[in-house]
Amino acid sequence: MISKRHYAIILSILASLVLQIMPLPMQVDLYRPDWILVVLAYWAMALPHRVNVGVAFLSGLAMDILLGTTLGIHSLGLSISIYILAANYQRLRNYSVWQQAIIIGLLSSFYHLITFWVQHLLTDIYFQVDYLLPVVTSMAIWPWVFWMLRKIRRQLSIN
Amino acid sequence: MDTIFTRGPSLNNRLALAIVLSAILIFVDHKLDGFKSTRVYLNSLVSPLQYLANLPSVLLSESADRLTSHQALLDENEELSSEVLVMREKLQRFDSLVEENNRLRNLLNVPVREALRRQAAELMAVDKNPFSQQVLINKGALDGVYLSQPVIDDQGIVGQVMEVGTTNSRVLLVADVTHAIPVRSLRNDIRFIATGSGSLNEMYLEHVPHSVDIEVGDVLVSSGLGEVFPQGYPVATVKSVTRDESRPFAQVSVTPMAKLDRLNHLLLLWLAGEGQDEILDANASEEE
Repeated sequence: MISKRHYAIILSILASLVLQIMPLPMQVDLYRPDWILVVLAYWAMALPHRVNVGVAFLSGLAMDILLGTTLGIHSLGLSISIYILAANYQRLRNYSVWQQAIIIGLLSSFYHLITFWVQHLLTDIYFQVDYLLPVVTSMAIWPWVFWMLRKIRRQLSIN
Repeated sequence: MDTIFTRGPSLNNRLALAIVLSAILIFVDHKLDGFKSTRVYLNSLVSPLQYLANLPSVLLSESADRLTSHQALLDENEELSSEVLVMREKLQRFDSLVEENNRLRNLLNVPVREALRRQAAELMAVDKNPFSQQVLINKGALDGVYLSQPVIDDQGIVGQVMEVGTTNSRVLLVADVTHAIPVRSLRNDIRFIATGSGSLNEMYLEHVPHSVDIEVGDVLVSSGLGEVFPQGYPVATVKSVTRDESRPFAQVSVTPMAKLDRLNHLLLLWLAGEGQDEILDANASEEE
């Protein structure tokens, strides 16, 4: 079922996982964009029958293992965010890239809030506005990720 | 192509399944601790990604090593030799003190404290998770690392091993909100529990009565009561004591001794009788 071309999808998701855990200086780390969410969002919007909730769940699980959080937290956040996207892909495709960036920002803040809420239930942590800084950078990288992945998708004609 | 028959479950059903699975995972992992043994395999499974992510910083530091000037190396060498001299002098005194202590303990029929097996480890990665203070080190089950093994740096206690992988393991820092460590004051041996605050340079002492004799600058060392940490290693210094009578306990905030924000070289300690069966002969040469 999975043809050679679809390895591009898997590779892009693995690359985003690596970017997600790459060690960075403390000050820059606060602004680390949600690579995994942005990449999954592109694939869910372009090929909703290939990448949707299931892939999001699995990548979330990988995130949980990599980050050492309680299993299920990131998979829950990613599944819900990608569900919203995959359920509305026809409308979102018609938006301009900049409008999509705003949607990505909303999704990313939703994702961070879900992970925060769950962790707040499990341990007594308190909210800091810092936790939402990645939203800004995720919005900023969206157009570039979008163009790059679209180029890859068209060249390999993945569908 | 995409016909209605090949689609599988609908999107809503998939979401419901994902949410239920996540909820079960969270419950089993957090409340029941059901993935303790599986985590080793899961961690080993994803460790290639971690090594890959670590590659740029390794390359950078390696190229920086190559580019250091001759003069800088000479300076560093000189600095280190003078430091070794000072350390040796201290060690001479320390050796005689250990001898004396053992003799006195023998006189009193108290068992002599054994030296701990230790091994150096290096920091691999610091987790970006803002809710939890953890680091990844480059020693794992193959090196005999065991669960809740104490980890120190040159200044004091850093934390304990929370997950063991084959070649790397995850260390929970003492400053994590979920971490607590039994300590005693070096000045007057009063016992406390120091819990993490979630911020790297602060910890709190729990349930300290207003009348307790504790002052700013007091050094707290591990008391060894929890049987996780060996006793006598420095943990923190008292930063501030607020005795607000309207509250049930005094607010004591302390600063960890270990430089948790700039960890690099760490030391793993083996408590007597812990993780012995997993120790490989290959490490015997590194034993002290």
